[in-house]
Amino acid sequence: MSASKDDSGLPISHDGSRDRVVPPTGFTAGLTTFTSAAMAFLVVFALALALAADRLSDRWSAALAGGATLRILAPAEQMDSQLAQAVQVLKTTPGIAEVRVITPEEQQALLEPWFGPDLPVDALPVPRLIDIREDGRGYDPQGLRLRLAAEVPGAVLDDHSRWQRPLVKAAQRVWALGLFSIVLMGATSAAMITLATRAAMAANAQVVAVLRLIGARDSYIASAFVRRFTLRAFFGAAIGTAAGALAMYLLPSKKDQAMILSGLGFQQLQWLWLLALPPIIAAVAFFATRQATRRELRRLR
Amino acid sequence: MKERDLIDLENVAYTYSGGELLSEMTLSIASGAFYFLTGPSGSGKTTFLKMCYGALVPTAGNITIFGQDLRAMTRDDIALTRRRIGVVHQDCQFLDHLNVVDNIALPLAAAGQDSLADGANLKELLNWVGLGHRADALPPELSGGERQRAALARAVIMSPDIILADEPTGNVDWEMSQRLLQLLVELNRMGKTVVIASHDLSLIRAAKTEVQARVLRIYNKRVQLAGANL
Repeated sequence: MSASKDDSGLPISHDGSRDRVVPPTGFTAGLTTFTSAAMAFLVVFALALALAADRLSDRWSAALAGGATLRILAPAEQMDSQLAQAVQVLKTTPGIAEVRVITPEEQQALLEPWFGPDLPVDALPVPRLIDIREDGRGYDPQGLRLRLAAEVPGAVLDDHSRWQRPLVKAAQRVWALGLFSIVLMGATSAAMITLATRAAMAANAQVVAVLRLIGARDSYIASAFVRRFTLRAFFGAAIGTAAGALAMYLLPSKKDQAMILSGLGFQQLQWLWLLALPPIIAAVAFFATRQATRRELRRLR
Repeated sequence: MKERDLIDLENVAYTYSGGELLSEMTLSIASGAFYFLTGPSGSGKTTFLKMCYGALVPTAGNITIFGQDLRAMTRDDIALTRRRIGVVHQDCQFLDHLNVVDNIALPLAAAGQDSLADGANLKELLNWVGLGHRADALPPELSGGERQRAALARAVIMSPDIILADEPTGNVDWEMSQRLLQLLVELNRMGKTVVIASHDLSLIRAAKTEVQARVLRIYNKRVQLAGANL
């Protein structure tokens, strides 16, 4: 006894009869489409968050890596001499490539957002700042601190690592959280589609029984459900992705965003990631439905 | 098992949770023969037929279908075997969203032979069972007799070696049951093996003028050959 060469039952094949054996209506149709749309919408946001966190992490790492600041807080009459002494110490420290004294005008600009443009910086005991850039080898911060303590008593070295590391770590965690959320949404979609498939099979128990009776193989029966659920998931995901993309596009522009939203969204080629969402969610539906149908069919003789 | 036996049962028993239904059944279904299976309601006729097409596995003994041990058959083996066995149930089930012609052609579609469903063969089959004018009707729109004839057409469309009919005349009047019987007799004359489970002795008596039928009777959990003549 041999099977017909055409009935091997590829899970998704262009075979009109398979599409028609399962009735086209039922609440599971709407449920699958809605679930896929909702999940795709949420995945768009999770993806945007993950990508933004990743960019933020890169930006902070690049901006702060290899940099340090020296603060000099000294009586006004000693300020210039300590400043000059500090520059001298820094220029003779191995591993430091560049030393630049921040001018009073630059300091005023830095303070302006908090104190306004009319702040009399000269009249306040504001420390002077020196921007330090490392070379590729890097310097010994402990050794430098000891030298400064001996030669420039008013100097405090801030090598940025103290607050750089937690920030980068936090951004990386947000990135990981975003990816985990995407995986979680995928798993939730799979669970929902599995439930919908089982409900559909239960609702179509007579269809399945008739198909088994007339000699349909499991692959044929499964493909009727798999194809339908995969297509529903694909269209649902396409709608959800489009809605999510539109929502992201309509977010305030970067310059208008508050700090917390800084960079949230997709940039340039990152929009292409969204094209992958409907096929990925359809693939999740495909495997979830195939698994569910095969498991259900095994319970029948 | 003789060469021309299609289905062989050897010391077969079937036990439900409520107790033993069938016991020590040894029987061969020979090719080309016409069988009636009788017995009171609940005697195990349907269970017997279900074991013959692999829907139930005996709790004891062996069944061989077309030379294959039922216990050793995979799900795909069973599906392929059912393409050689036409089954007609009393409560013949259809896909209610498909019309009559699509329901009848369903076995061909499931076997990947859609192309055969087109054209004269299908029309001829519909006319043979007297449903040529009901091709586009949906199953819920059919009468009991029409449903039985549609089920019979679906059962034979794959040109099976054997037809198992479980109370095929249970829901139809006498005239329609005679018509159905005539169709089954015609199939037997074409060389098909026919097994009809029925508790309707008048139907069996009516058949004796048409066909040389062997009558099997389930009695006290066992099957007996009641004789060639009624």
